Amino acid sequence: MPDTGVLKLNHMVQYSVSNRFDSSFAALSDATRRGVLEQLGRADASITDLAAKFRMTLTGMKKHVGVLEQAGLVTTAKVGRVRTCRLGPRQLEEEAAWIERYRQLWAARFDELDKVIEDLKRQEKAAGRRKRK
Amino acid sequence: MNNQTTVERKSARELVVTRIFNGPARIVFEAWIRPELFKRWWVPGSFGLTLLSCEMDVRVGGGYRLVFAGNPEPIAFFGKYLEVTPHSRLSWSNDESPDGAITTVTFEENGDTTRVVVTDLYPSKEVLDAAIASGSTGAFPEQFLQLDELLATELVR
Repeated sequence: MPDTGVLKLNHMVQYSVSNRFDSSFAALSDATRRGVLEQLGRADASITDLAAKFRMTLTGMKKHVGVLEQAGLVTTAKVGRVRTCRLGPRQLEEEAAWIERYRQLWAARFDELDKVIEDLKRQEKAAGRRKRK
Repeated sequence: MNNQTTVERKSARELVVTRIFNGPARIVFEAWIRPELFKRWWVPGSFGLTLLSCEMDVRVGGGYRLVFAGNPEPIAFFGKYLEVTPHSRLSWSNDESPDGAITTVTFEENGDTTRVVVTDLYPSKEVLDAAIASGSTGAFPEQFLQLDELLATELVR
């Protein structure tokens, strides 16, 4: 039943297949940086906004954003005196890749369901023939 | 050639899976509510998991429980049926996690085929984002570790 079950399966399928502790893993190993990604998932924000939100110095937040930027999880652009952060291409690609893996899991499940449906149809047909006799 | 399965993140909190089946809704629905049929397809061989038991009390307020072989202990998934409308709609909770989604399945008959739409509604955008993020980095919430370990063993083989 559990759909979360599929999510969990999916975590591991990806994890065990690639098992790579890459820059995005390092970037995500920090609670503040995960929080920043969540925040940017809701809306773009300036470094000043983020520093205030996470009760941090501007320098501290700049470092965190720098790590996320290097991992491709965040992009920043300076407009006037304000540096705005938003989710980077990597983050969006990862969501697309995750959705594709999730789709493959469901497709495998549904291919099996096709077989069950074919069996039931055959049984019903056979029962119908017996009735008519 | 099998029919195509599509997945879409329909909104911040919703993940939707769609597939057309070659059979009447009556038959397709049956395969979702009879445990002996359900367990034939819910965990395909490619998942590398052993389903130990599958109990389903399909009526509003009735429970379900799926138990998988795990290391060291079996792992259970469970919840309650919230809606049961024969041949057209099923809904259940996923209670093994406090952040579990509500799953709703609709069956729409069209000639000889039935379109099945599975919608997972998460309690918040953050929960769904976290599920996706952890899926691509291997940083799992604690409660998932057990099954993750099991799967690691299964998949490495």
